Amino acid sequence: MGIVNITKTYDADFVKQVEKESGQDMSLCYQCGNCTAGCPYTFAYDIPVSRIMRMVQAGQKDTVLKCKSIWLCATCESCTTRCPNNIDVAHIMDVLRHMARREGHAPVPTVKKFWDSFLDSVENNGRVFEVGLLAAYVAKTGRFWTDLDLGPKVLPKGKMHFKPHEIQGKDEIKKIFKRFEEESRK
Amino acid sequence: MKIGVFVCHCGTNIEGTVDTAAVAEAAREFPGVVFATDTMYACSEPGQDEIIEAIKEHKLDGVVVASCTPRMHEPTFRKTLERAGLNRYLFEMANIREHVSWIGRDREANTNKSVDLVRMAAAKLLNNKPLHAKYFDMNKRVMIVGGGVAGIQAALDCADGGLEVILVEKTSSIGGKMAKLDKTFPTVDCSSCILGPRMVDVAQHPNITLYACAEIEEVNGYVGNFSVKVKRKATYVDWDKCTGCGICMEKCPSKKADNPFDEELGKTTAINIPFPQAIPKKAVIDPNFCIKIKRDKCGVCAKVCPSDAIVYDQVDEFVVEEVGAVVAATGFDLVDWTVYGEYGGGQYPDVITSLQYERMLSASGPTEGHIKRPSDGKEPKNVVFIQCVGSRDKSIGRPYCSGFCCMYTAKQAILTKDHCPDSQSYVFYMDIRSPGKMFDEFTRRAQEEYNARYIRGRVSMIYPKGDKLVVRGADTLMGDQVEVDADLVVLAVGAESAHGASDLAKKLRISYDAYGFFMEGHPKLKPVETNTAGVFLAGSCQGPKDIPSSVAQGSAAAAKVLAMFAKDQLESDPAVSVVDIKRCIGCGKCISTCPFGAIKEVDFRGQPKAEVIETICQGCGICTATCPQGAIQLQHFTDNQILAEVNAVCRF
Amino acid sequence: MSDSLTYAYYPGCSGAGTSMEYDMSTRSVCDKLGIRLTDIPDWSCCGSTPAHTVDHSLSSALSARNLQLVEKMDLDTAITPCPSCLTNLKTAEHRMQKDEMREKVNKLLDTPYKGGVATKSVLQILVEDFGLDALKKSTIKPLKGLKVAAYYGCIMNRPPEVMNFDDPEHPMAMDNIMKAMGATVLPFPLKVECCGASFGIPRKDVVMKLSGKLLDVADDLGVDALVTACPLCQMNLDLRQTQINSATGAKHNIPIFYYTQLMGLALGMSEKELGMDKLCVSPRKAIDAIGKEEKKIAETLLRRRLK
Repeated sequence: MGIVNITKTYDADFVKQVEKESGQDMSLCYQCGNCTAGCPYTFAYDIPVSRIMRMVQAGQKDTVLKCKSIWLCATCESCTTRCPNNIDVAHIMDVLRHMARREGHAPVPTVKKFWDSFLDSVENNGRVFEVGLLAAYVAKTGRFWTDLDLGPKVLPKGKMHFKPHEIQGKDEIKKIFKRFEEESRK
Repeated sequence: MKIGVFVCHCGTNIEGTVDTAAVAEAAREFPGVVFATDTMYACSEPGQDEIIEAIKEHKLDGVVVASCTPRMHEPTFRKTLERAGLNRYLFEMANIREHVSWIGRDREANTNKSVDLVRMAAAKLLNNKPLHAKYFDMNKRVMIVGGGVAGIQAALDCADGGLEVILVEKTSSIGGKMAKLDKTFPTVDCSSCILGPRMVDVAQHPNITLYACAEIEEVNGYVGNFSVKVKRKATYVDWDKCTGCGICMEKCPSKKADNPFDEELGKTTAINIPFPQAIPKKAVIDPNFCIKIKRDKCGVCAKVCPSDAIVYDQVDEFVVEEVGAVVAATGFDLVDWTVYGEYGGGQYPDVITSLQYERMLSASGPTEGHIKRPSDGKEPKNVVFIQCVGSRDKSIGRPYCSGFCCMYTAKQAILTKDHCPDSQSYVFYMDIRSPGKMFDEFTRRAQEEYNARYIRGRVSMIYPKGDKLVVRGADTLMGDQVEVDADLVVLAVGAESAHGASDLAKKLRISYDAYGFFMEGHPKLKPVETNTAGVFLAGSCQGPKDIPSSVAQGSAAAAKVLAMFAKDQLESDPAVSVVDIKRCIGCGKCISTCPFGAIKEVDFRGQPKAEVIETICQGCGICTATCPQGAIQLQHFTDNQILAEVNAVCRF
Repeated sequence: MSDSLTYAYYPGCSGAGTSMEYDMSTRSVCDKLGIRLTDIPDWSCCGSTPAHTVDHSLSSALSARNLQLVEKMDLDTAITPCPSCLTNLKTAEHRMQKDEMREKVNKLLDTPYKGGVATKSVLQILVEDFGLDALKKSTIKPLKGLKVAAYYGCIMNRPPEVMNFDDPEHPMAMDNIMKAMGATVLPFPLKVECCGASFGIPRKDVVMKLSGKLLDVADDLGVDALVTACPLCQMNLDLRQTQINSATGAKHNIPIFYYTQLMGLALGMSEKELGMDKLCVSPRKAIDAIGKEEKKIAETLLRRRLK
């Protein structure tokens, strides 16, 4: 651990940007720790959520955007529901993910790849094609053993379809993604 | 009229954004103004002397001071005028600080606005007339509402000062919250041992009349002459006969009555004396649980009562007390913590409030001083205290700090170790607030000597697991989530205004804040006064307070009452409404709109006419606006005076 | 009352796959109760969690396409069994109430969405529109003797400002339905604690821990089964129960029903049409527990009479 020079490393634009994108006022947080206390994912985080809130307050952009926690938040809304200051903490976590993506950080690659595979499936088919999603994820990560053990359990149930269910409006969905990319580039 | 104008710099408060010299310069051109100057501090001694000299030198008969709010210094300058031999109502104030310099930075605009305000004040002053106060008698008796420690202190101090005191208490005994406590911080002395003798003093004081089981129904009148209607609730026991022997309680078969004194920790009998030291020590029947009253069966208490005191058909009674002053000392109540679903919302029996824990610790409580889990009666090993439950929480509309929870939690942690040496206390806190004599040392003792483990962080949830409660919180200093397997959880529930406080405030015509706490006259300088003359405050009704502060306020309120009553007569403000009998048509609209009941109908040669009772009129002006004839005029704020101001500002 | 209940129905992607028994049982229960479900024609994916982790306008656009289709149907309420879809559709509506966001989202869509469609869970309309009393009256085969606990998952009721249904800490809707239909319902202490959500594939360890804890608590309570309302929760607890057992050394064997499946049984439907065969942990013992006592008594009486 080094000394954090909080004058020099305070990134005011970062704090402002988080506030703008989330619509939340960071100064409302008085560091009671309730979000960390309630967060089911704390055990898996590298930085507990209340400390992420603190680091955003302190303008520590790099540490925040490079942390793993923001990729492990499931938006379960425990923090938001119980915050004594009515801060939508889960929304802030979401916004931090957006920013991290834009900056090209992905410290938990499996999660990002899973989410990306999911969205690819939606983009291509209009609905999620579960078998295709799993295959794409395995291809992206090379983790061919993923849930292999569950195959014998699921296959006989007749739940898994091996062809995507394509919807008529699938081009509309493709266009949503396309326009989103164009807008993002602006 | 020869008017002098004094424009105050107030240091840089005004001069910083207002060109006061330019304002004075402009004022010299206003009608009637013969002298105008700017001055560094008008309220200072040299400032006031300058005004007096100018009055003499320029033969002024009216003065305008342009400075701060009249709430601050109007009385000061009125006295200055009187010292120079002028009537105090020949004075006007223009507020160029709160209304100008503090709210805008534009020096030119501020200067222009200041000029306008001074112009208005001078225009009104030209229409001012000398007014003279009248004097009236007062009733030198005082009513104290609320018999907690603050009310007891106020009552005893007033009574010792020779005043006749009426003490009104809602429940069946005085003592308030303090009577429920086992020990007090930071000395850990027995609460009832120090409060008990004072309660007995109240009972025995020849100057104190105590109405327990009573509430304020209606308040009429004004400072010096209030008339208060008190409802004495039916107790179904003739208190003149009841000796407090308690035989009725022993024999009462209805044993599942609500037990507010023990904070509903255990039930009690339908006929009840809440605790051994109760004052008055009289029995009261709860009609919701009395078999005789509900179903006309039983009647055991009447049979066993040796003094024949039981009256099943007793009804509420009303008494009217004439007093000159009222002290509100209605205390606080606990926040309804069951809004916290994450703490079980009241469905886990072993999650209790700190006040319930006090009853458990108290030898006269439901467990006779033994710490037992409500669920199974077992002695707990791990006791978790959670602070700030219902305090500092915007999400439930309670953003304020209750002030005393940090201290009593430390006390309870210490007592827990005393009662159960094998126990371990855990205290979840956000900040430790202990700014009092020996207070911080006390919280340290809880940790250093009694090994209470303090954890900085809130608790997010409590859930049952087997016969334990899992308390999941954060240790923000360690930077992690923590869990404690607890046997008992004590919530340091925050304070809110007493239930019904706002109703009483309306009856007393005093203001209260957004949370129902009564407003003091001035946050620094009038802590026990209200904005209604003759009504004073003491204790937690003004905001959460610990015992020493409540006692200090009780004494302070008593001192204020005694000081007021030390005068022979009270002075009335002459800025009241006056009826022009020639124009009054007797329609009575003013009588129905007056919020103070200060206007009565009189007969004038067979015609109904309105007449203002000067001592009751508060000078609000509602009648003036209501009168269709313009027959009723508020002195010092007549239509002509106000129109003169309007004309001065709307010149174009 | 019940015969006039008509809703636009959004099954959600998993309804056609991993949670097909939820979709099947929801449709048959509603049909039995006279609740008319009209599928939103050519509905598309709401975007689920992955979309909102990328961007809120993208997520809202994917949801709003469906809301706009509901607008076309001339219906004002859409219902969905899946809490994740529910959250996305409701949040999109919520966010698009702000002009700036609405414009941003509509830029991404072929047909702009005006706003005003209410999305509710099937659970909510069953409790609020159909009513518990009516459910009780419709019960043919009460779930007597079956001990269950209801697990709601994290987002069915949270955050309360958006979801606006039931208690955010102690929801009761499923508890009350199960009670009304005759089951014995035990209070589940972790009703809204997250199960690990969609981390099953990318971070299995997380699901093992969180869902494992839920199963521990369920075992402590001594229930015959858990009832759920979320495809993801159900999958984590049911499909991954063996994984959890091998990861944590536990020996759970708890059937995980969709609440609609048990409702179906109480309404007298066959196990087949409720998709009971699609569950991984065998529901046999739990289903057999229903009415077991009554059966025993009846048999004893019969035997006595025969003697």
